[in-house]
Amino acid sequence: MLQDKLNKTVQEIKPSGIRKFFDLANTREGVISLGVGEPDFATPWNICEAAIYSIKTKKTHYTGNAGILPLREEICKYIKRTINVSYSAEENCIVTVGGSEAIDISLRAILNPGDEVILLQPCYVAYEPAVVLAGGVPKYIELKAEDEFKLKPEQLKAAITDKTKAILINFPSNPTGGVMTKADYELIVPIIKEHELIVISDEIYAELSYDEKHCSPACFEEIKDQVMIISGFSKAFAMTGWRLGYVLAHEVFIKQMLKIHQYIIMCAPTAAQYGALEGLRNGQKYVDEMVEQYRQRRNFIVNGFNKAGLPTHMPHGAFYIFPCIKSTGLTSEEFCERLLDEQNVACVPGNAFGDAGEGYIRVSYAYSIDEIKKALERITEFMKQFNK
Amino acid sequence: MEEKVLLSLIEKDARRDVKDLAAILQESEDNILNTLSQLEKEKVINGYHTVINWNRANVERVNAVIDVTCTPERDYGYDRIASMIYQYPEVDTMYLMSGKSEFLVIIYGKTMTEIANFVGSKLATVEGVTGTSTNFVLKQYKKEGIILDVIEEENDDRLIVTP
Repeated sequence: MLQDKLNKTVQEIKPSGIRKFFDLANTREGVISLGVGEPDFATPWNICEAAIYSIKTKKTHYTGNAGILPLREEICKYIKRTINVSYSAEENCIVTVGGSEAIDISLRAILNPGDEVILLQPCYVAYEPAVVLAGGVPKYIELKAEDEFKLKPEQLKAAITDKTKAILINFPSNPTGGVMTKADYELIVPIIKEHELIVISDEIYAELSYDEKHCSPACFEEIKDQVMIISGFSKAFAMTGWRLGYVLAHEVFIKQMLKIHQYIIMCAPTAAQYGALEGLRNGQKYVDEMVEQYRQRRNFIVNGFNKAGLPTHMPHGAFYIFPCIKSTGLTSEEFCERLLDEQNVACVPGNAFGDAGEGYIRVSYAYSIDEIKKALERITEFMKQFNK
Repeated sequence: MEEKVLLSLIEKDARRDVKDLAAILQESEDNILNTLSQLEKEKVINGYHTVINWNRANVERVNAVIDVTCTPERDYGYDRIASMIYQYPEVDTMYLMSGKSEFLVIIYGKTMTEIANFVGSKLATVEGVTGTSTNFVLKQYKKEGIILDVIEEENDDRLIVTP
């Protein structure tokens, strides 16, 4: 009887493929995991201290819906400093509960039933359900390894219909580590302009760009009003557990998003906001140090996987590699299950990020070099049976 | 070759495999070895020491931080007086400082008496030295960027697989 009471849309959403693999890996002892999508670093101490101080000084109440103004001002300054795009703290910025909430409210603010949203697979697991829950219809573009998982103009053109409202992109990408450079964007910006597409640009990994400066579609003046930048503190400042993100967009969108945010959330956690404020004011050197560590680990792990016989392209951002496992003849899930079973190493099957991820696995390098080294030894051992 | 990165890598862990360094820096192992020996020759790298918590090893060691005041010499400034001090093997570390004393000298010894004897008979009597102020270390919390006597081992408490 209770089953009949459920919402049909929610009921039809499949549980995440990652969850399934988590349950499998979680039952075992001594697992070396390369499956984690969050930094291994603890939050820089100055941020923790600022949050503790805010609690001590009784900043324990609700803040304004959009977040404390100094934080929004620092976010706008930070965006100006890093990608040279200007936003107003009062009109263009909402501090959210993680980038996740920002994605949700941006979709809900624009979608009417039946509106299509283009997703680039393989992609972060939450995008598809977020679109569906907002009443939209997800449409997929399959990014290709040979294109370094970039979006190509001909792919975008082919995916646009008269129902297309928006495109949700994520560069640097979870799970592929792919990035879009300024030159890459130049090819697709005219298409976005022509079709008046809204671009929801999840730039949560922007700081983790290793070879070229991060570029946002908002950097293109001709489409800036159509772009919503989603970002947050989780990855750059190692603050996943604080749940703090933000969205930057044209005030037409922000006004509607703020309505959803104020009724559903009220405001982002107060202590986290004060921590983030300190992070933006005095934390860049710690971010830079972490980014340097990730860069070193990236080089190390890419080298290790290629040597083990799993072709892996050098990703330019985020903290994931996306090795191709097709040479083993196994599916992504079979590969991950057997790797876990035979060598106790956990990775995430590529198909958890959409069908386009089949034939690949997602490997996180948010681990110390020593841990990566141990995992690589086991993976090399595992691969011996296929490399005969 | 990113020498600065190489140096910062071995600054934190002098025992890193050359193979690993090569992978991290995307260089050949030979290249790494050659660069390292070049840096040793140029005295950029001056040694490979170990960070030891002697307390844990149950070895009694006394550590003193000594402020030394002196009068600089014409033509030599502070350097000749400094060399009269740092030649003593008892001196572990020595700096020329801004502030109220000229030198900061760090000394290790087996006992307080040993250090007191060294200060009284050797350090204070160096020509040009006008005074010393000895501070004995009671407890060392952090050394070379490493927190000693960590109360709890840091566990990776992240979930094993997350999106």
